[in-house]
Amino acid sequence: MAALHIDTELFKLKNSLQEMWLLVDKQITKAQIALLQYDKSIAREILSREKMVNALELKIDSECENFIARNNPVAIDLRLALAYLKINSNLERIGDFAEGIAEFVLRNMSEKLPDDFANRLRIEEMFNEVAEMFTLAKESLHDENSEKAEKIFGLDNLVDEINHASTKIISQEIQNNPQKAEEYLYLQAVIRKLERMGDRCNNIAEEIVFYLDAKVLKHNKEEKKKLE
Amino acid sequence: MYNIDVKNLNFYYGDFHALKDISMSIGKNSVTAFIGPSGCGKSTFLRLFNRMNDLIPDIKMTGEVNIDGRNIYSKDILVDELRKEVGMVFQKPNPFPKSIFENVAYGLRVNGEKNKKVIEDRVVESLKGAALWEEVKDKLKKSAFELSGGQQQRLCIARALAIAPKIILMDEPASALDPLSTLKIEELIFQLKNDYTIVIVTHNMQQAARVSDKTAFFYLGELIEYDATEKIFTNPSIESTQNYITGRFG
Repeated sequence: MAALHIDTELFKLKNSLQEMWLLVDKQITKAQIALLQYDKSIAREILSREKMVNALELKIDSECENFIARNNPVAIDLRLALAYLKINSNLERIGDFAEGIAEFVLRNMSEKLPDDFANRLRIEEMFNEVAEMFTLAKESLHDENSEKAEKIFGLDNLVDEINHASTKIISQEIQNNPQKAEEYLYLQAVIRKLERMGDRCNNIAEEIVFYLDAKVLKHNKEEKKKLE
Repeated sequence: MYNIDVKNLNFYYGDFHALKDISMSIGKNSVTAFIGPSGCGKSTFLRLFNRMNDLIPDIKMTGEVNIDGRNIYSKDILVDELRKEVGMVFQKPNPFPKSIFENVAYGLRVNGEKNKKVIEDRVVESLKGAALWEEVKDKLKKSAFELSGGQQQRLCIARALAIAPKIILMDEPASALDPLSTLKIEELIFQLKNDYTIVIVTHNMQQAARVSDKTAFFYLGELIEYDATEKIFTNPSIESTQNYITGRFG
């Protein structure tokens, strides 16, 4: 059977979202380098690319609206359009967090974080975990594989744990270096942003499961626990 | 509960097995939509509810169609009486070559009503029920053919309402109408369900989604899926239903 008009539009929509994934993926990777290497030029790069993320978010929103208005989608097509709208907004938020990290590097950091301090905070590990969740979400949507998306639900436990432990480490560090208090308080906010990135990946996974299996996992801790 | 209750129904046109072992129950004061590709048996099934298929030669039927607990195919059922209970509206508006008033009064007169006042009241009531009264109250003596297509269809609905049925069957009632007239018919269906049980056959997916409480998907004479309309249109259980409603069939 020849491709239907609706399939062509779906294809376009999928391509635009794919573009958004790639862009935000780059923002996360660059944020990690900017923060851990104290690289101000990369931080500035993130800020300029953030404008593209915002513009793409608006474009995808409008494509979803047009798709719904013109095709009256139902069943799996409708779930796709609804899920894409939400995934799009979650991706944009992840982009905002990367921007926030870049702002920290440019405005609040005075020097590269001491290796020992960064290791104790497990910042790199946190970035890697978020990147894994992000990649898994991207792949599960691309392969239309909800089992892959469900794997994400257990992964943010580690991110939460690192975030939780960071408060104590940072407060000790502030006591040792009171002149760094302000900078390290901002650093705590950066770690919180990473934790929020993990949450957003979780939300995206929920939307993917909704799109593919029509299961609503939002606010359903028991069901998600089973999948972890 | 007033119910249409179909049990193990099989229907044949000659050797052609048009409906295959269908069982379904339809609740009172609800709108049920039948959807499916042409030739899937949905209209044949609808017409069984007021025995419209009876006169077709060389047909055979097994199973039961119970309305209000009585099998309408049992020998003691009078078809004229049955059709007073089960009205029908067809795809194309088919008013009689008479005045607007006489079109609606016709069923009452045929059924022996002679009291002018009763007939008048019922005609007004039915035209109001079919959301047509305001548009025709000043021209009741005019020919029904002077009305637009959408108005003619609502006139046919008024004609069906006049004999006070319990069930109204609609076979593609809006397929020959423009979008505004279609909207009026759909609004009307929504209001009518307070007083009637409505079964509608439609090829328009969005119409089924908008007006019905439950939707039944038929394919090749089989009832594939029958469920709450929101379930069918957001998360159908069966793949062929999903393929049909999303337009990826065949």
